[in-house]
Amino acid sequence: MASKVMARKSRVPFIATVVVLLVVTLFPIYWVVRMSFTTNKEIFSGSSALVPRAPTATNYLRVLGFMDSETSLKLGGSGQKINFLRFLANSLLVSSLVTVSQVLFSAAAAYAFARLRFPGRDKLFAAYISALMVPSIVMTIPNFILVKNLGWLNTYLGIAAPALLMTPYAVFFLRQFFLGINRELEEAAYIDGAGKLKVFSSVVLPMSTTCLVALAVITFITQWNDYMWPLIVGKDESVRLLTVALGIFRSQTPNGLPDWGGLMAGTTLAIVPTLAIFVAFGRRIVDSINFSGFR
Amino acid sequence: MQGSRARRRKLRDYASSLGFIVPSLIGFVVFFAVPLFRGLYISFTDWDLLGKAHWVAADNYRRLLADADFWNSVLVTFEYVLWNIPIQTVIALGIALVMRRLKSSSLLRGAIIVPWLLPNVVAALLALAILDPAIGVLNEGIKALGLRPLAFLTTTELAMPSIAGINTWKFMGYTALIIFTGMQGIPAEVDEAALIDGATGFTAFRKITLPLLRPVLAFVLVTSVIGSFQVYDTVAIATRGGPVNATWVINFFIYKNAFEGYKMGYATAASMLLFLLLVGIGFLQIKLMRAGESD
Repeated sequence: MASKVMARKSRVPFIATVVVLLVVTLFPIYWVVRMSFTTNKEIFSGSSALVPRAPTATNYLRVLGFMDSETSLKLGGSGQKINFLRFLANSLLVSSLVTVSQVLFSAAAAYAFARLRFPGRDKLFAAYISALMVPSIVMTIPNFILVKNLGWLNTYLGIAAPALLMTPYAVFFLRQFFLGINRELEEAAYIDGAGKLKVFSSVVLPMSTTCLVALAVITFITQWNDYMWPLIVGKDESVRLLTVALGIFRSQTPNGLPDWGGLMAGTTLAIVPTLAIFVAFGRRIVDSINFSGFR
Repeated sequence: MQGSRARRRKLRDYASSLGFIVPSLIGFVVFFAVPLFRGLYISFTDWDLLGKAHWVAADNYRRLLADADFWNSVLVTFEYVLWNIPIQTVIALGIALVMRRLKSSSLLRGAIIVPWLLPNVVAALLALAILDPAIGVLNEGIKALGLRPLAFLTTTELAMPSIAGINTWKFMGYTALIIFTGMQGIPAEVDEAALIDGATGFTAFRKITLPLLRPVLAFVLVTSVIGSFQVYDTVAIATRGGPVNATWVINFFIYKNAFEGYKMGYATAASMLLFLLLVGIGFLQIKLMRAGESD
């Protein structure tokens, strides 16, 4: 009873807080998209209309490489051929490759840590987990040297390599899950004479699709968002990733003024796939944070 | 004879289990374990990628501890952490409380997570566009109020707080979600009991909910502080370490030394010092939180 009265009285400030929260969270993203459809001329005129006065798709044309340099220069671009289509494809390729591979091999390891027995199992798992405590830049420099010595600089393999087979987080995450699932189906399969691999692939994996998808989404997004590593090993345009390209684009100021329209178009391109995945799999992402964030 | 057959079976059993582990083990050894020790070794040499590496014992460390630039990086990073973590945690706590009171809609949960999904590079570009003194929408608002526009990212005093603000925007929703999950363990009766006892909302929160949240807050604080000290992408894109060296954080210092100065020995030594710093801070945090425990 008391709580109902309380609820009615204090509803308004809460609703207001929620509105402010949503605006602060989502407005910047809307603004970037809005700027991406605005001509540089209008941007520099300082207009703050919610919707551009003369919406245009030319920024996208320029940035994806579909515009000749004369038109590009006239619209405030640098006149150089920009290749965001290529960079977008590179990011898609590397992120997909790493996602599939990392989830698969981490799942196998996680299953072994959760269900199988072998000497040194727990010590090894402890070693995997302790890697989480080391700042990533400690490993970045030696990894760069390794990739360089292997001749993998400026190749997709070089960019994907460190995360390709596992990350401690992925193994930890999946092991938590595998520890929690019901043993009966596995045991029944073993009694029927199935080997470990068969039990894993035909019984455990199908049971775990929700968790696997959640991890896959997080892995994809993590790879998509990566910046320092692909910057170090993948500067060449043929393999350059979207995040790196955006960083380089930001540093260019044709005619002394930044190509804001183009920059915002490129930024929107970097946002769209992630948001699309989120709309498709959003529930699972949120659930997996609930699952792994704190137990 | 029974004994050796059983032993052989056991060894075969171990071998097939290890098969599950091997790919992840390769990834772990090659890209986590070996680099860690290799980096340690390199930190005791004067290697510059071109010539040979000469053992210089603790010389790099001695020079680092006497390097004003290094200390500036440490100081500047501390400044960042002090701006970022308290504000971010308080806001996240507030958001979690709001979510709890509104019996959380999935729409809200989905919306607040969106900034966390974006690459740091994108968040930095968002900020560059919105905070720009000439064309940024925030400054348009400031001008409308009759005040002079602020050059957030190029003013020495404002640069670091602005970077902290960007990352707070990025992580507050995600952190709120983790705290909210931790709150699930607190039964609703606790809230109502406090109200019946006549406690106002804030006192009830302080005396009852907050102590119960200690474990999840501890987790959030330790993990976010560790992550915070490793800030790089946002700085690299938004301020490039400037103005002058106002945002020249530790990872930026290491990156510049390693990949522009090619001073591998010096850079790896700095990364080891960062590692030590984080271990020390982690221990300190855990100790401080234990000290406050009443139960």
